[in-house]
Amino acid sequence: MAADFAKGKESRPGQTEKNYMAQNNKLINLENVTKKYGSHVVLDDLNLYIRENEFLTLLGPSGCGKTTTLRIIGGFETPDTGRVIFDGQDISNVPPNKRQLNTVFQKYALFTHMTIAENIAFGLKIKKKSSQYIKDKIEYALKLVNLDGYGNRMPDSLSGGQQQRIAIARAIVNEPKVLLLDEPLGALDLKLRQDMQYELIRLKNELGITFVYVTHDQEEALTMSDTIVVMNQGYIQQIGTPQDIYNEPQNAFVADFIGDSNIIGGVMLEDHVVEILGAKFQCVDEGFGNNTPVDVVIRPEDVDLVEPEEGTIQGVVTSLIFKGVHYEMEVEANGFSWLVHSTDLSPVGKKVGIRVVPFDIQIMNKPESEDEEAVGVNE
Amino acid sequence: MVKKILQKGYIGLVLVFLYAPILVLAVLSFNKSKSRAKWGGFTLKWYGEMLRNEKILSALYTTLLIAFLSALLATVLGTIAAVAMSRMKKLPKTIMMSITNIPMLNSEIVTGISLMILYYTISFSLGFTSVLLALTAAHMPYVILNVMPKLRQTSRSTYEAALDLGASPVRAFFLIVLPDIFPGVLSGFMLAFTLALDDFVITHFTKNARINTLSTVIYSESRRGIEPEIYALSTVMFTVVLILLVAINRGKAKVAKKNEER
Repeated sequence: MAADFAKGKESRPGQTEKNYMAQNNKLINLENVTKKYGSHVVLDDLNLYIRENEFLTLLGPSGCGKTTTLRIIGGFETPDTGRVIFDGQDISNVPPNKRQLNTVFQKYALFTHMTIAENIAFGLKIKKKSSQYIKDKIEYALKLVNLDGYGNRMPDSLSGGQQQRIAIARAIVNEPKVLLLDEPLGALDLKLRQDMQYELIRLKNELGITFVYVTHDQEEALTMSDTIVVMNQGYIQQIGTPQDIYNEPQNAFVADFIGDSNIIGGVMLEDHVVEILGAKFQCVDEGFGNNTPVDVVIRPEDVDLVEPEEGTIQGVVTSLIFKGVHYEMEVEANGFSWLVHSTDLSPVGKKVGIRVVPFDIQIMNKPESEDEEAVGVNE
Repeated sequence: MVKKILQKGYIGLVLVFLYAPILVLAVLSFNKSKSRAKWGGFTLKWYGEMLRNEKILSALYTTLLIAFLSALLATVLGTIAAVAMSRMKKLPKTIMMSITNIPMLNSEIVTGISLMILYYTISFSLGFTSVLLALTAAHMPYVILNVMPKLRQTSRSTYEAALDLGASPVRAFFLIVLPDIFPGVLSGFMLAFTLALDDFVITHFTKNARINTLSTVIYSESRRGIEPEIYALSTVMFTVVLILLVAINRGKAKVAKKNEER
């Protein structure tokens, strides 16, 4: 399955039928885009398309190339090689002021010497819209972001969350086909960030335009996106729906980056049977061949702790932390420290059995070298 | 307590040595008697005579014109240079900054003489234009030095946001970047203007005999025995420069305070 996907530049496994039908049209297409700063390769032969009306998130650690990708779409960077196709036209060398998309910047980038209304009107004045049109638009945009009546305030007098909403309002009054968002919630505190996530989803649905969102926060990506693109070291690691990315990570990097997971080396003995830490586990994967070394991903919430004799393998609880919704436990079993999330408490020192239902075991091809690990699915 | 008195006394002493000569000059400019030794009563006569003196008036006009134009030129060129330098990579930027700093560290007399030699070499006739260009070149670094920190404070993303909203690069600069860095540009202009207003050395070496600025008038007059109206003129110049410098510094302090509050 992982091998399938590696070839599948044109296919996105797991994309639901409904989404696929609604978002058939490829609005933006990045073809073989490479970008270097000096000798440092930021993006290496990147291929990615973005459908009309989808909420696509570029997700990865800092330095993975996600922001550069966004800046190439926005026109602030030009690719060294490759093309950017927008609505069927090559816009690789079109400057940002001539592109039909708008950006919400990481630190809001509001014009501090202008009022909120002047900030929002900026793009419309450049386009020489009538003053009545501009007035209506300002009112509409302020209502949309729930800041009705703030037009005469100065940006400095607003809180971070409010400034971010103004930055969004300023972008969307220009009616872009695509809104680019560069870690827009990065500077906000946790509670506000969660509120703004719902706000963004609501905006997206009301406006019916394409959102391209950059973040390093996997929770943000899972909450908001239709499609997540996981990136690392300039390569795309996996493209899929939040469910795909979480439940069926294509490699150890994705599994490790998205949520907590137990990544264990194992051997695929035959179809549906994998040997982990000397014990045989039933799984649902097939087609890896017999006696093939693989990586096995098991999410902590999928590990069931049972009586020792009922488990596939046996271990001892070595640590216990209360996390609110669940307990986080570590279980030492067959030389591996298993991370377990459960609402049932097992005290430290208790002997337990570990059981995993076949469906919750995710098998991945083992990368043959460090290099291949970074290369991911684009190669 | 003793330490405090010593501290205060020391700073007082420094100020006395710095300002006593100027104070003497100012006092003498109100002296009815022409003698420097005795006080003949208060008068504004010398200020009146100063305003009737053709030579002084024409020098005043030249000085203001040159100071204003050279400050304007230095501000425009310096701001453009600062914007370009702020976009450079680290190494070229450091090199450019060092080159920029040389005219400020260089003694004025060397700058003046080398400019004079340059003008002779390229057969550029000395006069109004040569002084104007010389002062522009000499004071441009001060503008750059005032604008650079402002550019460093402004985030590049506001400029990019303007582009993103459809503004051309030139428009984005005038509508967004310039208002942001304007305090720096203004204080650069004021500084260049002040420096040009009381410049003597560079002007002396790059002018011809037909044109005079206030400082060169004072210099040539003082060689023929100082008239009290020169005291008056010097006092006026000192006061104007002092006011300008205080204004510049207060403006900077205000901006600094505002930044702190953020």
